Amino acid sequence: MIERLRYFWRLLWRPSVHISLGVLVLGGFIAGIFFWGGFNTAMEYTNTEQFCVSCHEMEANPFEELKATVHYTNRSGVRATCSDCHVPHGWTHKVARKMEASKEVWGWIFGTINTPEKYEAKRRELAEREWRRLEANDSLECRNCHQFDFMDFTEQKPRAAQAHSTALVGGDATCIDCHKGIAHELPDMSGVHQR
Amino acid sequence: MKWLSSACILLLVAIIGIAVADERPDPPAPDGLRAGGTFSQTLDAPPIARVVEKRGRMERNWPEQPPVIPHSIRDYQVDKRHNRCLDCHSREAAPRAGAPMVSITHFMDRDKQVRAAVSPDRYFCTQCHVEQTDAEPLVQNRFRTVDQVLQDLVREGRR
Repeated sequence: MIERLRYFWRLLWRPSVHISLGVLVLGGFIAGIFFWGGFNTAMEYTNTEQFCVSCHEMEANPFEELKATVHYTNRSGVRATCSDCHVPHGWTHKVARKMEASKEVWGWIFGTINTPEKYEAKRRELAEREWRRLEANDSLECRNCHQFDFMDFTEQKPRAAQAHSTALVGGDATCIDCHKGIAHELPDMSGVHQR
Repeated sequence: MKWLSSACILLLVAIIGIAVADERPDPPAPDGLRAGGTFSQTLDAPPIARVVEKRGRMERNWPEQPPVIPHSIRDYQVDKRHNRCLDCHSREAAPRAGAPMVSITHFMDRDKQVRAAVSPDRYFCTQCHVEQTDAEPLVQNRFRTVDQVLQDLVREGRR
């Protein structure tokens, strides 16, 4: 066993005798395209709505609540799906989030929210986690589509324009501070500071 | 000969039967909220009415009329966990939000005792308050506001 390992180790580090450097470099390059592309394709697949609702937990609870909202259906058909809000778009943070998501696989295996009752019991905890995340990254996932610099306050209702042109522009508040419960139902909000 | 005649009769009966079956009756269907047409017709429903968004509040037609909602309330969550309307219309939030506070009657319990928070009796806003749409009335009605009623009384008194 040890002998065999040692053989492969040496094989790996010895200069190649029969294959040219060109083949090795080109082969490595092409294989790289396939592996890297495959990796990204698989990761992108886990970002689709279809993948998210393939679990009963997601389909029966949060997805049903999303369906009524303007982020799911609206007159122009521009929409946000699960990953648009719950997964960062930038690559580094996306991979970090995907690693965190291994806990969701754990939850799926052990059925932590596989009944409406269990989901209800954890609703506040789950919501608070997302609120914290969006507070920490200045509502990055909102801003991927809702770009503050291009908001026309004159098109907004006076109250919205007032809030956006003061607290939001000054950085005192971020989107999620006011816009909670826009895609899923709110938990029991007792004790939550509302702006 | 006998089999020929019986075959003829059978054929005749079959043809008449087919003819009768082909003549499917299509009686008129009653008009409901949409036009009925006939039994086999499926007519289009009228288009879904649009919500009327108004700046400011609307006049009440009589003193106790629950004020109508002059804005869209799409996706507003009003349930045991949370009341989205109260995000702006609650006692604490109303001044900052620039929204009218829910009236004092909403804080009374069934014994007219005023409580600190909105009474559960009055918690579900859309039981009385509704948003406005541009829909035509489904049936004509002779509703008159309290002012119109009073004007008519005065005019009759003069006569």
